[in-house]
Amino acid sequence: MADIFAYIEHDQGVADDSALELLTAAKKIFPDAPVTAVVMGSGGDLDKAANDVAASYNAVWKVDNAAFSFPDAEAARKALVNILPADCVLLVPHAHLGMDLSPGLAIKMDSAFVPDIVDVEGLEGNTLKVIRQEFAGQVSAHVHADISSGAVVNIRPGVFQPDESKSGGGDVADKSGDTGDISVKRKYLETVQAEAGEVDITKSEVLVSVGRGVEDEDNIETMFDLAEAMGADVSCSRPIVDAKWLEKARQVGTSGQTVKPKVYMALGISGSFQHMGGVKGNPFIVAVNKNAKAPIFQVADVGIEADILEFVPELTEKIKEL
Amino acid sequence: MEILVCVKRVPDTAENEIEINSEGNDIERDDLVYSVNEWDNYAVEEAIQIVDKVGGSVTVVTVGDEESEEVLRREMAMGAQNGLLLTDDAFEGSDGRGIASILAAAVKKGNYDLILTGAQADDGAAEVGGMLAAMLDVPYASLVNTIEVQDSKLKVGREVEGGNQDMYEIEMPCVLSIQTGINEPRYVGIRGIRKVASVEIPEQGASDLGIDASTVGEKGARVKRMDYFMPEMGEGAEMLEGSTEEIIEKLIEYLKAKGGLK
Repeated sequence: MADIFAYIEHDQGVADDSALELLTAAKKIFPDAPVTAVVMGSGGDLDKAANDVAASYNAVWKVDNAAFSFPDAEAARKALVNILPADCVLLVPHAHLGMDLSPGLAIKMDSAFVPDIVDVEGLEGNTLKVIRQEFAGQVSAHVHADISSGAVVNIRPGVFQPDESKSGGGDVADKSGDTGDISVKRKYLETVQAEAGEVDITKSEVLVSVGRGVEDEDNIETMFDLAEAMGADVSCSRPIVDAKWLEKARQVGTSGQTVKPKVYMALGISGSFQHMGGVKGNPFIVAVNKNAKAPIFQVADVGIEADILEFVPELTEKIKEL
Repeated sequence: MEILVCVKRVPDTAENEIEINSEGNDIERDDLVYSVNEWDNYAVEEAIQIVDKVGGSVTVVTVGDEESEEVLRREMAMGAQNGLLLTDDAFEGSDGRGIASILAAAVKKGNYDLILTGAQADDGAAEVGGMLAAMLDVPYASLVNTIEVQDSKLKVGREVEGGNQDMYEIEMPCVLSIQTGINEPRYVGIRGIRKVASVEIPEQGASDLGIDASTVGEKGARVKRMDYFMPEMGEGAEMLEGSTEEIIEKLIEYLKAKGGLK
């Protein structure tokens, strides 16, 4: 049986939530096999993160190098090729670092690459059976991967329950000397922090969130009218920021802000996982969308099948009359 | 600078409701509106803007059938100088690795300083750019949302969590996958489309590219989609029904109860 590993993301000595989600996914693929966490970083923060996950994983490999003190997928890829057994299965979070690291790693290890999975059906011989989503989450697919020469499997954050059992108790082994040459042709310079916007939507209790269904920049005003009538702030999904109709600081999602309102009005938002990944704290979600099959209706509390351009002005009028 | 941009013809999910066919082995493709993958449009725009600044040319390439030619023409109407269609029955059913290896063979036949892909496409896999870079043994950055040319190097920004951006210096040749929002893709008018309508677009198949047909297509795929099904995602919303007035009345009750009105 292949060895199974999980790539642990961490920040300032604290393992990311995905660390325990990968463990659940790993156990679903190989119920009885030991799972080894791979933690790459530098100095005291690395030690903290490695000890943190040792409570949950059967073994931890730590890789200490100044090159890993900042996000460097190129160097990490070179090191992993030298450290990991060639036909292993490596699980990686399907997030910004994982998307940078994994496809090329699978090529260099001559492994199958199984991207962005949302569930595991099981392993039959050398065939790994998983579930993926396609077409902006509108349909799911059964996917079979031949893992006879190993696999890199990217796991969508937030879909597997974290394994909180802390039943690992593994030792931390230092693999820092095994990385080989990790010189790269891509040099990290700095991290630029996001600019603050006019409003801090992370503090808003009620959000009127605008998506592609608004169709035109001129219609944004209509959504501000509703927000004003409700006493809410306006946030948005990614396409609205890409079109420069609203500033980046108003974007909700994994590449935008994480919000925790009491009420979230999703107007003309289809509800991709990248967007909903930014909505936390279990708010009451109202979705208005003219596409009855939009994924947002699966996660919303209340749904209204309507064109927001017709529905919102009427709603605003009625609220003003209260 | 010689830039190659990899593009893909996809069903437009903003315009279409995707449904599964009766056999469950594909989506229902009749009457679908197809377009250029959204991320690829940003990649082509970025390539054109770079060439406008520093000189050179932009080539758009796709792996697909005859119908894929229309997306090459559309991107050429935007301003890409050359198109290249990689087409062969042997390519059908390729997984991400297969597509990347077909593209890698085409890249090796050219002399490109920079190769761009969209960050992802309709299947959301975000895999071809990174695989292509590894096959070519050149550096890679994904989710790129700024590019600045500095002689033989580029300064690029990668989108990361929370609206932050990681900045890197990267040597050329390299592969970058482009995130939406990096620019504003230009409008393509009828006149532009007419201008390139009769331009001949070269085609290359497995033998032109020196590809062993058994390594690509369905035969070479290690990752295979078996079927499609509709996702089950919990209970779903309580759909409010009735006249608009009735719906609004009910909604306002909910908003009041949940603290949504101040």
